[in-house]
Amino acid sequence: MKPFNGQVLFLDRSDINTDEIIPARYLTEISKEALKPHLLEDLSLEEFDPRADISDKRAVITRSNFGCGSSREHAPWALEVNGIHVVIAQSFARIFRQNMFNCGMLAIELPGTIIDQLFNRFAGRTAEIELDFNNGRLKVKNQEQEEIVPFVISDFDRSLVEAGGWVDFADKHY
Amino acid sequence: MCGFVREEKKEHVIMGKTIAQKIFDIHLVDRPTPDTYVLRLDAVFCHEITTPIAINDLIARGKDRVFDPKKIKAVIDHVTPAKDGNTAAQGKILRDWARRHGIDDFFDIGRNGVCHALFPEKGFVRPGFTIIMGDSHTCTHGAFGAFAAGVGTTDLEVGILKGVCAFRSPTTMKVTINGALPAGVFAKDVILSIIGRIGVNGATDKVIEFGGPAVSLMSMEERMTLCNMAVEAGATCGICAPDKTTVEYLWPFIQEEFTTPQEALEAYARFEPDADAVYDQILTHDVSNLTPQATFGFKPDNIKPVADMAGTLVDQVYIGSCTNGRIEDLRIAAQVLKGQTVHPRVRGIVSPATPKVYAQALEEGILQIFMQAGFCVTNPTCGACLGMSNGVLAEGEVCAATTNRNFNGRMGKGGMVHLMSPATAAATAVAGSIVNSGLFKG
Ligand code: SF4
Repeated sequence: MKPFNGQVLFLDRSDINTDEIIPARYLTEISKEALKPHLLEDLSLEEFDPRADISDKRAVITRSNFGCGSSREHAPWALEVNGIHVVIAQSFARIFRQNMFNCGMLAIELPGTIIDQLFNRFAGRTAEIELDFNNGRLKVKNQEQEEIVPFVISDFDRSLVEAGGWVDFADKHY
Repeated sequence: MCGFVREEKKEHVIMGKTIAQKIFDIHLVDRPTPDTYVLRLDAVFCHEITTPIAINDLIARGKDRVFDPKKIKAVIDHVTPAKDGNTAAQGKILRDWARRHGIDDFFDIGRNGVCHALFPEKGFVRPGFTIIMGDSHTCTHGAFGAFAAGVGTTDLEVGILKGVCAFRSPTTMKVTINGALPAGVFAKDVILSIIGRIGVNGATDKVIEFGGPAVSLMSMEERMTLCNMAVEAGATCGICAPDKTTVEYLWPFIQEEFTTPQEALEAYARFEPDADAVYDQILTHDVSNLTPQATFGFKPDNIKPVADMAGTLVDQVYIGSCTNGRIEDLRIAAQVLKGQTVHPRVRGIVSPATPKVYAQALEEGILQIFMQAGFCVTNPTCGACLGMSNGVLAEGEVCAATTNRNFNGRMGKGGMVHLMSPATAAATAVAGSIVNSGLFKG
C-alpha cells in the first residue's frame, strides 16, 4: 500500500475541476513524472501559490465535487508524483474517485459538518494527517490539537487499495 | 439504489426498471461487493490522449493483449495532424497498437473525426450496449439507449484487456422534458438550462434518463447534444430510450439483423424504461418558453439567457466539437451566417466533426457560406475545444464556443469561454459580441 501520512494541503473551494488539477496542455506528456511541476497550476483560488503551497504536502482536504470534469487519470497521477496519495472531501466526481482507487490511492468522503470542522480547526496552519486504513480512522493534528474522524470506503474500493489497483485485481478475477 | 435494494430483498417481486438497470442486468459478470457491478462491455472506444499510457502499462506488465479486436474502436482526434513530437508519439503508439492487434476500426488522418461524432456515425453504438472510453463525454452515446460512460486510463486498460468494467449501482434521475422548443432554441439551450438548474454536482454518480415529448421530437443529433453534456452535471451517462428515430438512424447498419424497422423497434423496446421504474429523483423541465442560453463563468452551471449577456465582446468564435460539430449544427450556423461577414475583430473557426460532416457541408454549400463570411475551416478534430491545437486563446481573450466546457484555461491559459448553441455562436461572430440569432423571435 502507498503511504498516506503527512502534511495537509487545504483547498477551500468546491467543484475544483480536472483542468485545474492538471491542465489539458500537459496531456501530451507520456511520463507521469513530467506532470509533477504542473499540479494545480490553473487553480482559481485566492492567495494560492501552487509551487510553494504544494511542496511537502501528502494529503488534500477540500470541499465538494472535487475532480469534476474530464476523465483524465492524469489528475490522480499529478497528485501521486507529488507524493499526495489521499484526498479527503465532502464529495467527488465519479470518474475522479474511481481513478484514485484504481491507482491504489484513497478518495475519502466525509460529511459536510466534519469537513467544516476540519477547515475551522486546522486550515491556514501546518497540520498533518495520520491514517489508520485497517480501522477506517484518520487523525488530523497540529501542535495544539487533534481530531480523530472515522471514515468508510466500500469493500470493493478497499480491495483495490490493498491490491495496488484495479488492473491486478481484474486480471486475477476475470 | 432503490430498485436494486428492493430487488435483492425480495427476488420474486418484479420491480419496474430503468433503462440503465435493464442494461446492467443483461451485462452483469460479477458483484464482488453488493454495491459493485462488474459489467461485460460491448465496445471499448479509444483515442490518442488517454489510451497510449494504458497501452504502455499493458506492455510493461507483459500483458499486451486485447479482449476482442472487433469490439475495440480507435481514433486519433484530439490533436490531428500531430503538432509536435509528443503528439506524434501519442498517435504512433495508438497506430502501432491497432495494427499489432488487428483492430480494423482504427481511424487515422483523412478518415478521423471527433470520437463522439465519428463512432455513432459509423453505426458502432446500439441500444442496450455497454461502452466505455477514456473520455468524459462518452455519455454522448447514451442518446441511442446505450449505457456509455467515461472512465480513466486504468479502467480503460482493464476494458481493453478483459472487456469488463466496474460500476456502482445505476441510480437514475429521470428528466422529463415537456413542451416544444420555440424557434431559434436548440438542444444545447435545453441542456445548458438543465445544468443551470441542477448544478455541476446535481447528477453526480447518477444516470440521467431523458424523456418526454420534447425528447421524442429530437433528432439523434440533438439527443447526442443533450446526452453529451450530462457529465457537466456530474452524471455517469445521459440516456434516451430507443424509439423510431433511433431505428431510422441505425437502419443502414442493422438491416441485415432485422427484416423491417418495425421488427428492430420491437426488439429494442426491451430497453425502454418500465412504467413503474424506480427513480432516485424525478425532474420535469418545460421548454415551451425557453430562450437561448449561454455560460458566463468558469463552471458549466453558470448559465444566463443570451439576452442578459448581450454586448459581451468576443475575440474568437469556435463552432465544432462533440457537442455541436455535426451536420445539423453547421446547417443552423450557416443559416445565420448566410450573406453575412464575421466582425473584423473576431476570428471565426469551424471544425466539422467528421469527414462525413465535412463532405456533406461541402456538398450542401455550407462551407462556402462559412468561408464567404470569413471563417477558417479546419479539418475534423477536437482542436481548440480543449486548448491543444487549432485555435488556442491568448491570455485575456474571450471565445464564444459551441463546445461543452468553460473551465478556467480550457481553451488556453487565461482565456474565457462562453458556451452556447451554434445559432448564437454564428450570430455572435457577425456582431462581434454575444447576441441572440435572428432565428430566435422571442
Ligand atoms: S470535442 Fe472537446 S469535449 Fe469532445 S471529445 Fe474532443 S476535446 Fe473532448
